Amino acid sequence: MTVRILFLGPLGDLAGTPEIEAQTPLDWAGLLALVSDALTDELQSERINVACAGKVLANKTDLLARDGDEVALLPPVSGG
Amino acid sequence: MRDIRLLTEPFIPGSLIGPFSNANPGLGGICTFVGEVRGEGGVEALELTHYEPLTQPGMHQLADAAFARFHLMGLLMVHRIGTLYPGEPIVCVSAAAKHRRAAIEAVDFCMDHLKSAAWFWKREKRSGRWHWIEPRTEDHADLARWE
Repeated sequence: MTVRILFLGPLGDLAGTPEIEAQTPLDWAGLLALVSDALTDELQSERINVACAGKVLANKTDLLARDGDEVALLPPVSGG
Repeated sequence: MRDIRLLTEPFIPGSLIGPFSNANPGLGGICTFVGEVRGEGGVEALELTHYEPLTQPGMHQLADAAFARFHLMGLLMVHRIGTLYPGEPIVCVSAAAKHRRAAIEAVDFCMDHLKSAAWFWKREKRSGRWHWIEPRTEDHADLARWE
Protein backbone atom coordinates (compact mmCIF):
# COMPACT_ATOMS: atom_id res chain seq x y z
CA MET A 1 0.00 0.00 0.00
CA THR A 2 1.61 3.22 -1.15
CA VAL A 3 1.29 6.98 -1.43
CA ARG A 4 2.86 9.24 -4.04
CA ILE A 5 4.90 12.16 -2.74
CA LEU A 6 5.34 15.03 -5.20
CA PHE A 7 8.07 17.65 -4.98
CA LEU A 8 6.70 20.75 -6.66
CA GLY A 9 8.72 23.55 -8.26
CA PRO A 10 12.25 24.02 -6.89
CA LEU A 11 11.77 21.20 -4.35
CA GLY A 12 12.10 18.75 -7.25
CA ASP A 13 15.64 20.02 -7.86
CA LEU A 14 16.51 19.66 -4.17
CA ALA A 15 15.07 16.14 -4.05
CA GLY A 16 16.69 15.16 -7.34
CA THR A 17 13.35 13.70 -8.48
CA PRO A 18 9.84 15.02 -9.06
CA GLU A 19 8.22 12.26 -7.02
CA ILE A 20 8.76 9.20 -4.84
CA GLU A 21 6.53 6.46 -3.48
CA ALA A 22 6.22 5.61 0.18
CA GLN A 23 4.50 2.97 2.30
CA THR A 24 1.30 3.78 4.15
CA PRO A 25 0.36 4.97 6.62
CA LEU A 26 2.73 7.92 6.31
CA ASP A 27 2.98 10.70 8.87
CA TRP A 28 5.15 13.83 8.87
CA ALA A 29 8.07 12.22 10.72
CA GLY A 30 7.91 9.27 8.35
CA LEU A 31 8.03 11.57 5.35
CA LEU A 32 11.02 13.51 6.69
CA ALA A 33 12.85 10.24 7.29
CA LEU A 34 12.66 9.54 3.54
CA VAL A 35 14.48 12.66 2.36
CA SER A 36 17.95 14.19 2.69
CA ASP A 37 18.95 16.34 5.68
CA ALA A 38 19.03 19.44 3.46
CA LEU A 39 15.53 18.74 2.20
CA THR A 40 14.31 17.97 5.74
CA ASP A 41 15.46 21.44 6.84
CA GLU A 42 13.72 23.05 3.89
CA LEU A 43 10.47 21.11 4.38
CA GLN A 44 10.36 22.11 8.05
CA SER A 45 10.57 25.83 7.22
CA GLU A 46 7.28 27.70 7.34
CA ARG A 47 7.70 28.60 3.63
CA ILE A 48 6.65 25.07 2.68
CA ASN A 49 3.01 23.97 2.56
CA VAL A 50 1.79 20.39 2.31
CA ALA A 51 -1.32 19.08 0.58
CA CYS A 52 -2.73 15.59 1.11
CA ALA A 53 -5.51 14.16 -1.06
CA GLY A 54 -6.10 17.54 -2.70
CA LYS A 55 -6.34 19.63 0.50
CA VAL A 56 -3.70 21.97 1.90
CA LEU A 57 -3.05 21.08 5.53
CA ALA A 58 -3.44 23.84 8.11
CA ASN A 59 -0.64 22.17 10.06
CA LYS A 60 1.65 19.98 7.99
CA THR A 61 2.84 18.02 11.02
CA ASP A 62 -0.73 16.59 11.17
CA LEU A 63 -0.04 14.71 7.92
CA LEU A 64 -1.47 11.21 7.84
CA ALA A 65 -1.49 9.83 4.31
CA ARG A 66 -3.39 6.64 3.56
CA ASP A 67 -3.34 4.19 0.68
CA GLY A 68 -3.81 5.94 -2.66
CA ASP A 69 -3.37 9.46 -1.29
CA GLU A 70 -1.15 11.93 -3.07
CA VAL A 71 1.04 14.14 -0.90
CA ALA A 72 2.26 17.38 -2.51
CA LEU A 73 5.10 19.42 -1.04
CA LEU A 74 4.48 23.03 -2.05
CA PRO A 75 7.22 25.67 -2.02
CA PRO A 76 6.51 29.44 -2.20
CA VAL A 77 4.53 30.29 -5.32
CA SER A 78 5.27 32.74 -8.14
CA GLY A 79 2.56 33.15 -10.75
CA GLY A 80 1.24 35.86 -13.03
CA MET B 1 -20.59 35.19 -15.91
CA ARG B 2 -17.40 33.46 -14.91
CA ASP B 3 -14.70 32.07 -17.20
CA ILE B 4 -11.66 30.49 -15.50
CA ARG B 5 -9.12 28.64 -17.60
CA LEU B 6 -5.63 27.16 -17.53
CA LEU B 7 -4.15 27.08 -21.02
CA THR B 8 -1.25 24.99 -22.26
CA GLU B 9 -0.92 26.79 -25.61
CA PRO B 10 -0.33 30.45 -26.59
CA PHE B 11 -3.47 32.60 -26.65
CA ILE B 12 -4.56 35.96 -28.02
CA PRO B 13 -6.11 37.99 -25.16
CA GLY B 14 -8.00 40.25 -27.57
CA SER B 15 -9.92 37.27 -28.89
CA LEU B 16 -11.28 36.57 -25.38
CA ILE B 17 -12.53 40.07 -24.62
CA GLY B 18 -15.21 40.43 -27.31
CA PRO B 19 -17.04 37.23 -26.31
CA PHE B 20 -16.60 38.12 -22.63
CA SER B 21 -18.16 41.53 -23.22
CA ASN B 22 -21.04 39.96 -25.17
CA ALA B 23 -21.63 37.48 -22.34
CA ASN B 24 -22.31 40.34 -19.91
CA PRO B 25 -25.15 42.35 -21.47
CA GLY B 26 -25.93 45.62 -19.71
CA LEU B 27 -22.40 46.13 -18.38
CA GLY B 28 -21.10 49.64 -17.75
CA GLY B 29 -17.40 48.94 -18.08
CA ILE B 30 -14.73 46.34 -18.60
CA CYS B 31 -11.19 46.42 -17.22
CA THR B 32 -8.60 44.03 -18.65
CA PHE B 33 -5.03 43.31 -17.60
CA VAL B 34 -2.67 41.21 -19.71
CA GLY B 35 0.71 40.08 -18.37
CA GLU B 36 3.40 39.10 -20.86
CA VAL B 37 6.82 37.45 -20.65
CA ARG B 38 9.53 40.12 -20.49
CA GLY B 39 12.60 39.48 -22.64
CA GLU B 40 14.91 41.67 -20.54
CA GLY B 41 17.95 40.25 -18.76
CA GLY B 42 18.56 37.67 -21.46
CA VAL B 43 15.43 35.66 -20.69
CA GLU B 44 15.04 33.02 -23.38
CA ALA B 45 12.01 31.20 -22.02
CA LEU B 46 9.74 30.93 -19.02
CA GLU B 47 8.17 27.77 -17.62
CA LEU B 48 5.02 27.79 -15.53
CA THR B 49 4.18 24.67 -13.56
CA HIS B 50 1.12 24.10 -11.41
CA TYR B 51 -0.49 21.44 -9.24
CA GLU B 52 -3.66 20.28 -10.91
CA PRO B 53 -5.68 19.35 -7.78
CA LEU B 54 -5.15 22.81 -6.25
CA THR B 55 -4.55 25.35 -9.00
CA GLN B 56 -7.87 25.59 -10.79
CA PRO B 57 -9.97 25.13 -7.61
CA GLY B 58 -7.84 27.92 -6.09
CA MET B 59 -8.63 30.19 -9.05
CA HIS B 60 -12.34 29.51 -8.54
CA GLN B 61 -12.02 30.39 -4.84
CA LEU B 62 -10.27 33.61 -5.88
CA ALA B 63 -13.14 34.37 -8.25
CA ASP B 64 -15.60 33.68 -5.40
CA ALA B 65 -13.72 36.19 -3.23
CA ALA B 66 -13.73 38.79 -6.03
CA PHE B 67 -17.49 38.40 -6.60
CA ALA B 68 -18.10 38.68 -2.84
CA ARG B 69 -15.96 41.79 -2.52
CA PHE B 70 -16.80 43.82 -5.65
CA HIS B 71 -20.04 44.48 -7.51
CA LEU B 72 -19.13 42.44 -10.57
CA MET B 73 -21.17 41.13 -13.45
CA GLY B 74 -18.49 38.95 -14.94
CA LEU B 75 -14.92 37.78 -14.39
CA LEU B 76 -12.51 36.22 -16.87
CA MET B 77 -9.28 34.71 -15.52
CA VAL B 78 -6.96 32.91 -17.92
CA HIS B 79 -3.48 31.71 -16.93
CA ARG B 80 -0.88 29.96 -19.06
CA ILE B 81 1.08 26.91 -17.98
CA GLY B 82 3.93 25.22 -19.82
CA THR B 83 6.81 26.83 -21.70
CA LEU B 84 6.43 30.45 -22.83
CA TYR B 85 8.64 32.81 -24.80
CA PRO B 86 9.24 36.59 -24.54
CA GLY B 87 6.27 38.56 -25.77
CA GLU B 88 3.75 35.80 -25.11
CA PRO B 89 0.87 36.50 -22.73
CA ILE B 90 1.01 34.65 -19.39
CA VAL B 91 -2.16 35.90 -17.79
CA CYS B 92 -5.32 37.76 -18.71
CA VAL B 93 -7.82 39.01 -16.14
CA SER B 94 -10.91 40.90 -17.23
CA ALA B 95 -13.75 42.14 -15.06
CA ALA B 96 -17.13 43.47 -16.18
CA ALA B 97 -19.26 45.64 -13.91
CA LYS B 98 -21.95 48.32 -13.94
CA HIS B 99 -19.41 50.87 -12.72
CA ARG B 100 -15.73 51.26 -13.47
CA ARG B 101 -14.22 51.14 -9.98
CA ALA B 102 -15.49 47.63 -9.21
CA ALA B 103 -14.03 46.36 -12.50
CA ILE B 104 -10.68 48.09 -12.04
CA GLU B 105 -10.28 47.03 -8.41
CA ALA B 106 -11.36 43.44 -9.06
CA VAL B 107 -8.65 43.06 -11.71
CA ASP B 108 -6.04 44.53 -9.34
CA PHE B 109 -7.24 42.19 -6.55
CA CYS B 110 -7.14 39.09 -8.76
CA MET B 111 -3.70 39.91 -10.17
CA ASP B 112 -2.19 40.46 -6.71
CA HIS B 113 -3.51 37.07 -5.63
CA LEU B 114 -2.44 35.29 -8.83
CA LYS B 115 1.10 36.64 -8.39
CA SER B 116 1.72 35.40 -4.87
CA ALA B 117 -1.19 33.30 -3.60
CA ALA B 118 -2.07 30.96 -6.47
CA TRP B 119 -0.49 27.56 -7.02
CA PHE B 120 2.01 28.35 -9.78
CA TRP B 121 5.77 28.04 -9.91
CA LYS B 122 7.85 29.90 -12.43
CA ARG B 123 11.39 29.48 -13.69
CA GLU B 124 13.21 31.30 -16.44
CA LYS B 125 15.92 30.21 -18.82
CA ARG B 126 18.93 32.49 -19.20
CA SER B 127 22.08 31.52 -21.14
CA GLY B 128 20.67 28.03 -21.51
CA ARG B 129 20.18 27.47 -17.76
CA TRP B 130 16.94 27.38 -15.76
CA HIS B 131 16.53 29.56 -12.66
CA TRP B 132 13.54 29.38 -10.29
CA ILE B 133 11.81 32.70 -9.63
CA GLU B 134 11.31 33.46 -5.95
CA PRO B 135 8.28 35.51 -4.94
CA ARG B 136 9.27 39.14 -4.40
CA THR B 137 8.61 41.06 -1.19
CA GLU B 138 6.74 43.66 -3.28
CA ASP B 139 4.33 40.90 -4.34
CA HIS B 140 3.55 40.07 -0.71
CA ALA B 141 3.15 43.78 0.10
CA ASP B 142 0.73 44.10 -2.82
CA LEU B 143 -1.26 41.16 -1.50
CA ALA B 144 -1.36 42.61 2.03
CA ARG B 145 -3.21 45.68 0.69
CA TRP B 146 -6.38 43.58 0.47
CA GLU B 147 -6.31 42.15 4.01
